[in-house]
Amino acid sequence: MRLYAVVAGGAFRRYATYRTATAAGVFTNTVFGFIMAYTYVALWDVRPQLGGYDTSQALTYVWLGQALLMTCAMMGGGFEDELTERIRTGDIAVDLYRPVDLQLWWLAGDLGRAAFHLLGRGVAPMFLGALAFDLALPGSLWTWPAFLVSVFLGVVVSFAVRYLVAMSAFWLMDGAGAMRIVSLAGLFFSGMLLPLNLFPGLLGEVARALPWSSLLQVPADVFLGKHTGWGLVEAYAFQGGWAVVLLLAGRLLQTVATRRVVVQGG
Amino acid sequence: MRTDREPGVSRAPEAFPFPEHPRLLEGVRAYGLIMAMWVRSTMAYRASFAMTVLGDFAVTAFDFVTILLMFTHVDALGGYTLPEIALLYGLSATAFGLCDMLLGSMDRVGRRVRDGTLDTLLVRPVPVLAQVAADRFALRRLGRITQGLLVLGYALVALDIAWTPLKVLMLPMMVLSGAAIFGAVFVAGAAFQFVAQDASEVQNSFTYGGTTLLQYPPTIFAKDLVRGVTFVVPLAFVSWLPALYVLDREYPLDLPEWVAFLPPLVAVACWALRGSRGGRGCGPIGARAVERQ
Repeated sequence: MRLYAVVAGGAFRRYATYRTATAAGVFTNTVFGFIMAYTYVALWDVRPQLGGYDTSQALTYVWLGQALLMTCAMMGGGFEDELTERIRTGDIAVDLYRPVDLQLWWLAGDLGRAAFHLLGRGVAPMFLGALAFDLALPGSLWTWPAFLVSVFLGVVVSFAVRYLVAMSAFWLMDGAGAMRIVSLAGLFFSGMLLPLNLFPGLLGEVARALPWSSLLQVPADVFLGKHTGWGLVEAYAFQGGWAVVLLLAGRLLQTVATRRVVVQGG
Repeated sequence: MRTDREPGVSRAPEAFPFPEHPRLLEGVRAYGLIMAMWVRSTMAYRASFAMTVLGDFAVTAFDFVTILLMFTHVDALGGYTLPEIALLYGLSATAFGLCDMLLGSMDRVGRRVRDGTLDTLLVRPVPVLAQVAADRFALRRLGRITQGLLVLGYALVALDIAWTPLKVLMLPMMVLSGAAIFGAVFVAGAAFQFVAQDASEVQNSFTYGGTTLLQYPPTIFAKDLVRGVTFVVPLAFVSWLPALYVLDREYPLDLPEWVAFLPPLVAVACWALRGSRGGRGCGPIGARAVERQ
């Protein structure tokens, strides 16, 4: 357990090293936040209360999206590039010999990364957004820790999905294509482009049931106070359920891969 | 031919064994060669290539699907109907896609400066700009262009425009000068990365952010933002201003009508600015960045 804490700490420090990059990222998140905020204002001007949000809640949703984009790695990025590269070059053979669990090792690293991105890339855009627009911040103090738990579960779900994709590199060799498709699914079905509440009919129902809704829609609804009491427990159960299922699937795929596939290189 | 590079940067040997061409021609030829190499290397993994083309198609398609989803709730956004927004979207996406395919890998310059692989490019007897632009040329970006063209096609079919020969001519003009304007932004971004190597993401705000911005009508944005993209980073000339002429719409900021015909001039002006800083300037700035290591 201590080992994984060290790995997480190391990942945190690794991402914290690139301060210029972080500042540049905050700038970009803020620019996109502004663009999206204006489109949402135009939309909610015509249809107030759309999707059960009022205008300031919709704007809060935009800025939460920008804050969580990197934290929950909705567009991918982070460990999976590195892991697929190790699979492609054959370095993975060394990793498999190490006396640590491959999946937990990368999970720990990804949690460290997410913690940094939440602080470094999440807080500043949210703050700048709150300066420029009237945001709906939580009324109750308890909403904040509830939100953080939901974000944590979102990060684990995001990790589990990306781990599955990285495992596909054992068969495809070049993981770029699969990663791209999953990053798109993440962008669309997390609710990053438009809240999933606004998706019509069956598409909406499917989108809300897919794992990616754990990345933004669920944490944002917790933040906006839409899930309280038993509703909050249900939201956690939804996220936790997907996390467990996907982590187990990743583990299964890893077992199959290490049995069947000849490692590259050598 | 004079190789006007600063001392300190390696210079082509006096007895250059290959026939010499004008610099521009040489650059284009080198670009073609490097591009062909990357296309061949991409084709080594066909399944992955197919998925990335599909991915690039879908990433922009999702942008448009978002707009479609918005229009399931409203009839007009900022006073613009769906076909009108589709026209703005199609123009911006096609112009950006074209530029992104030709110059899209320029955001790797910062990484190259940081890890020192830029040196390799500097010592080759080939214009650095051509090498940087063709670096990791990604054919998959055809997906993005295709998607933009499809939406543009839809807009042209769905819109009821009083076509004049001038308006017809405006369409290819907009796409080409739009791509050139975006291109200048890419090159400027690459030059900026010599100074701030880790800050390549700032460039994304102007390129990807710019194309996202242009997909929506100018009426929904704050005046200052519209001013910024008209007078500071001239992105409004990519699609907004000329497209508003085609649509017979009112101009933002009380601009006169003739601004609609400026995009080619703006594009040339942008590249002239870049030519002095980005193209040739790459040498000295690059040299300084390399010396620092």
